[in-house]
Amino acid sequence: MEAMHECKYNPGFMRDTLIPMVGIITDIRTETPDVKTFRVNAPGGGKLFEHMPGQCAMVCVPGVGEAMFSITSSPTNKEYQEFSIKRCGVLTDHLHSMQVGDEIMVRGPYGNNFPVDTELKGKNLLFIAGGIGLAPLRSVINYCRDHRDDYGTIDILYGSRSADDLVQRKEIEAEWMNTPGVNVHLTIDRPQEGWDGHVGFVPSYLKELNFDTNKVALLCGPPIMIKFCLQGLMELGFSREQVYTTLELRMKCGIGKCGRCNIGTKYVCKDGPVFRFDQIDELPNEY
Amino acid sequence: MQELINRAKSLLESGEVSRVLGWRKGETDWDVEPAFFNSAEELSEFIYNGFCGANLSKYMIEASKLEGKTLVFLKPCDTYSFNQLCKEHRVDREKAYIIGVGCKGKLKIENIDAAGILEVRGAGYPDASEILTVKTLYGDREVSYKSAMLERCHVCKGKEHMVYDERMGESADTSDADRFAEVAKIEAMSPEEKFAFFQSELSKCIRCNACRNVCPACSCRKCVFDSTKFDSAQKANTTSFEEKMFHIIRAFHVAGRCTDCGECSRVCPQGIPLHLFNRKFIKDINALYGDYQAGADTDSKGPLTDFRLDDCEPSIVTKRG
Amino acid sequence: MLKIKKCDLAALFARISENNDLYLPVKTAGKTNFAAWDETADVDLDTLKTVKSPKDAFFPQSENLYTCNKQDGKTSITPEKLREEPFVLFGIRACDVRAIDVLDRVFLSDPVDSYYAARREHGIIVSYACHAPETSCFCKVFGIDAAAPEGDVVTWMVNGELYWDAKTEKGALLTAQIRDLLTDGDAAVVETEQAAIRAIVEKLPNSSLSLDGWGAEAAKTRFDSPVWEQLYKPCLACGTCTFVCPTCQCYDIKDYNTGSGVQRYRCWDSCMYSDFTMMAHGNNRTSQMQRFRQRFLHKLAYYPANNDGMFSCVGCGRCVDKCPSHLNIVKVIKAFEKEGV
Repeated sequence: MEAMHECKYNPGFMRDTLIPMVGIITDIRTETPDVKTFRVNAPGGGKLFEHMPGQCAMVCVPGVGEAMFSITSSPTNKEYQEFSIKRCGVLTDHLHSMQVGDEIMVRGPYGNNFPVDTELKGKNLLFIAGGIGLAPLRSVINYCRDHRDDYGTIDILYGSRSADDLVQRKEIEAEWMNTPGVNVHLTIDRPQEGWDGHVGFVPSYLKELNFDTNKVALLCGPPIMIKFCLQGLMELGFSREQVYTTLELRMKCGIGKCGRCNIGTKYVCKDGPVFRFDQIDELPNEY
Repeated sequence: MQELINRAKSLLESGEVSRVLGWRKGETDWDVEPAFFNSAEELSEFIYNGFCGANLSKYMIEASKLEGKTLVFLKPCDTYSFNQLCKEHRVDREKAYIIGVGCKGKLKIENIDAAGILEVRGAGYPDASEILTVKTLYGDREVSYKSAMLERCHVCKGKEHMVYDERMGESADTSDADRFAEVAKIEAMSPEEKFAFFQSELSKCIRCNACRNVCPACSCRKCVFDSTKFDSAQKANTTSFEEKMFHIIRAFHVAGRCTDCGECSRVCPQGIPLHLFNRKFIKDINALYGDYQAGADTDSKGPLTDFRLDDCEPSIVTKRG
Repeated sequence: MLKIKKCDLAALFARISENNDLYLPVKTAGKTNFAAWDETADVDLDTLKTVKSPKDAFFPQSENLYTCNKQDGKTSITPEKLREEPFVLFGIRACDVRAIDVLDRVFLSDPVDSYYAARREHGIIVSYACHAPETSCFCKVFGIDAAAPEGDVVTWMVNGELYWDAKTEKGALLTAQIRDLLTDGDAAVVETEQAAIRAIVEKLPNSSLSLDGWGAEAAKTRFDSPVWEQLYKPCLACGTCTFVCPTCQCYDIKDYNTGSGVQRYRCWDSCMYSDFTMMAHGNNRTSQMQRFRQRFLHKLAYYPANNDGMFSCVGCGRCVDKCPSHLNIVKVIKAFEKEGV
């Protein structure tokens, strides 16, 4: 593309970051009663853009709305990108009614990423996810599985309300559980017919599993789960510098300008969504 | 003013009221703000002067949800709003102890600025003195009290309080204009002139929602203009059409309930005479259904929410043009 | 230093507008705001503060970003054309010029906002000194000199003559376009006027407002202060303060269905509104106190922390004049000074 406009404030300008690209939905998987995973390709095939694990993108349906979603596929997947989306509002309602072959507008990637190539490298990893909170972590998990030698043991503790609410269950059982050095611990909130795995909330299972602290923990899920899992990790002897999470706030621009996701000196869309807990402690309690 | 403070203190001390809703001193004579006072000590900041134009009735919606009674100071015109809110079950009469305060006309600082005075400070503004002496950095200037008054005071509905538990302070008649004269002037315009007039005024609108948020009749829990479900929540003044829609829909929505308290025009940062819309509705309602003053009582049926066999036919509107 | 008689300003404006769009303070229905000039415009250089700040010129209250059209099942996205023609913003005051600096640090930081950048590139700022500062002004607190604004060209009105001083290359180019309308002026005349302005500014009630305790550290020290709870109560949750503010830059992005396509536009938004931070699953600022606190901490703590201590307030005093409940940033600053927290 030719530069549209020469501007001293904006040299080499091609296209404003607020303008999306047209993508095509090439696959839709129904994960749970209210979560679907959408596979998105560029119209000519391939990915719309490259990203890093933990980064997000703005997904838009013109006339309906636009919202930020984490990219759940790993950047090591060279063919497509995926978004696991829970139905909970106007836009997500509409997305759930869409079909394979439909167009979808996407812009991104936005925000920072989990430090997979720096602070996490060579470490033992503990992933803790609840419900749709698996979406951002799945990108990291698959990245680490694809660079298996760069990381130590990987523990994945994942829970949801019921067995039917476990997102990516096929992939977890077929692939994650069969990756050497990866231990998957699944749990559901209440007993259920046909479920012979662990039953109980994620924070209590976390304590039962009694992990050693020679690990970095990555924590994503509903606020109440995060609160009690963090407490649990502290009790196990983890420090706040050892725990990462993602924050979620209302966003419109994705580039730290529209002001919505501002807490203290940070803009979650640009400076986040990934934060270490010692960094979160520095923020005003408004998230 | 000291009598008001003393009375508030004794009501607080006796436990009859749990808090006081009044006006608090600002940094200047004119920047007084609505405020809740919880103690005798806090009442040292209480003020009642020519700049206490703010109508406290709407704050009683929140105060009605609090424990105990709230002592609220209402000027005569504010009592109409309070009554109307009672009628709409938005405030609780039992939660209010109303002191009707006298009113000698309220001032608008912009009217003093408009007299060509660029810097104003340090003047006392004795109520209803004929001439205000205004100290400015550019010298002392004089402004007549009347010329500095809010528009609504020139067409005052009278100094009787429509609801109160007790009354304090003197009032002075400030009415010196016909309430519907401005409306009649616009009615007499040609359609083109009318359109030009409103376009010129409404093109200034910045969609800040001050008029809506201050309006005692705008007490919906969720305003249609805040809905994200459809396109009514346009915060943009995308086209002049949007601005007109906002104000006209709002005028329709408060028709029959608007007491003509004039707060919309008081707060508009762009000085749009928003009260003219409401007053046009009041004038028409008076003509079509008989004289009616919203908020004059708490039990009459509103003209637009009441059906009578002798109501005029809707077609009259078409005929009138 | 050049000059032109006040009575010849109409000719000056006409000449400027031959090659540039010209925006300047125009009175409409009794209120003065920046608007496009034409022969019929009621130009008003006497009103000190336009109701809206001139930030509209670079960051319009509402602007289209792009349009989506669907044809044969395929969506095409057409970005809105960026500004390519020069324009002149005439009569902008010292505080409002500084406010553009504040906006620059937001919109021109990476990633650059191309819509804003294009307007900045093509905008020429002709500033105008404040000959009669008002009570609500407190620009001095932020180190702004009302007698010597920044800008591509700076102007002063003394004894019925507009003094014209080009400060930048852009300013020199504009001056060249109108040079024959201007005559040489005496800089000493301007200096005398500047001294008079500064003397008035010294006497303004809020010129010595103390910003002690504000800046980056306030993000921590003042967030949990009980003072917010006392201050916010009269707030009506309208957006007047944010919309008249020259530095407020929060925006919303929304869709407008034209029938034949969808226009995606952005418009000013206000952190004072309850839906500002509303998400499908909840709201992280549920009370007006939190929203009120956000606005002032953003201006006086968060923004300075991210921008080398520069405050996101320029002391224009519009919020002081316009808040329906007479709340404003001066009251906030003073309340904290009183409490000593």
